[in-house]
Amino acid sequence: MVKSIVEKIVKGDVRVAAKLIRDIDDGVHGTREILKALYRHTGNAYVIGITGAPGVGKSTVVDQMVRGLRKNMKTVGVLAVDPTSSLSGGAILGDRIRMQRHSLDDGVFIRSFATRGQFGGLTQSTRSAIDVLDAMGKEYIIVETVGVGQDEIDIAKSAHTTVIVVVPGMGDHIQAIKAGIFEVGDIFLINKSDRPDAEKTRSDLQAMIEITRKRFKKEGWEPPILMAEAVNNKGISELLDEIEKHRKSRKALSRESIIRHKKAIARSELIDMIRSRLVEEALNHITNSPDFKKYLDCIIDGTKDPYSACDELLSAKLHFLEDENTG
Amino acid sequence: MTDRQRIKVLISVIGLDGHFTGAELVSRILMDAGMEVVYLGIYQTPEMIVNAAIQESVDVIGISSHASNYEQIHLLIDLLKKNNMNDVPVICGGAIPKQHAEVLIKKGVSKIFPPQSTSESIVEYIVSTVKEKA
Repeated sequence: MVKSIVEKIVKGDVRVAAKLIRDIDDGVHGTREILKALYRHTGNAYVIGITGAPGVGKSTVVDQMVRGLRKNMKTVGVLAVDPTSSLSGGAILGDRIRMQRHSLDDGVFIRSFATRGQFGGLTQSTRSAIDVLDAMGKEYIIVETVGVGQDEIDIAKSAHTTVIVVVPGMGDHIQAIKAGIFEVGDIFLINKSDRPDAEKTRSDLQAMIEITRKRFKKEGWEPPILMAEAVNNKGISELLDEIEKHRKSRKALSRESIIRHKKAIARSELIDMIRSRLVEEALNHITNSPDFKKYLDCIIDGTKDPYSACDELLSAKLHFLEDENTG
Repeated sequence: MTDRQRIKVLISVIGLDGHFTGAELVSRILMDAGMEVVYLGIYQTPEMIVNAAIQESVDVIGISSHASNYEQIHLLIDLLKKNNMNDVPVICGGAIPKQHAEVLIKKGVSKIFPPQSTSESIVEYIVSTVKEKA
């Protein structure tokens, strides 16, 4: 079963791959076995992360990038992540609207994702989806995320090149970005650059990059700031050129730093994987136990405070935690 | 169903039909009911819809129709069959006259929601259809 699924995916079977991604996202049992077998077919794709605040034109940038890559006969996978409604748990995934011209192109696989949240599993399922597209033989994989929150920063970190998209005249949102995601940007793109204040935004960005320049210099790469009007396909071929340059600069690094880089990524990915599984399985284990409901009732009754309930549940259900508390 | 599972629905307007209000409203209703909606927008051909349904691995396809272009829906059903996707039910909504609705149902559309359909009836139908499949 696993073998035939893997074979089909490696041959590029869209339906089997799509179904597997769905199962990964749904947390269906058995997907891990397939991913294990699939993993040795991965490692060939170049992963590009596109991130930025809502409305800056990420999907349009991605659409034009795909167009540019297809012109050079490259196959492309796109993972477009949209937020889940915290009220209903549902989501409207509308990124495909901007990418319609590729909908009949066999060389392009577009997949929408909702953040779903809860367990911080987005990072995990997105990474697994990247592996699936990689094994399918996609040469470039573009991951589009809204640039807020730790999950998105983590995804950006696992991309080979991360592009941060901003628009002119939104000083505040650059402020918001710089807190975290700003540091992971390899390339900055000022989209909708026909708007006033594009130059001001450039100098603002330049000033911020200054702060982290030292670190970048050590890596042999200084993040460029590019201007674009994605909707008119302006500035996109320059963006693709810069991505290629960044790719080359990574290759040109010394063997040592390449290994150091790889180690850091492997470490953070493994920790993420362990974390999301630990949290998910431990939470399931605890919240599905009858004790959990009993403790909930006690908190409502006022016979137990939530702090003690937490302590007692954890020490009853996760024995290894007790040692740390007492010792 | 695992905790993380969601019903995934594709919503699209088909052919030379630019009436997006119904499709957007239904998308919103389904999102509020906890579903994930892949919204394709207007002017989608049957081929585009089937390709998206495959890549997104959706449970249900919802077509909004206000332009009397029912042959497009027929083509969509044929194309789904051709791709062995009969297990993905197609539901339609919009101003579809009764006699056309009957033909569409015969063709293989699983349900048609005429104007005045309630949000609850749409949500309930999708939930029960997906549950039945599982």
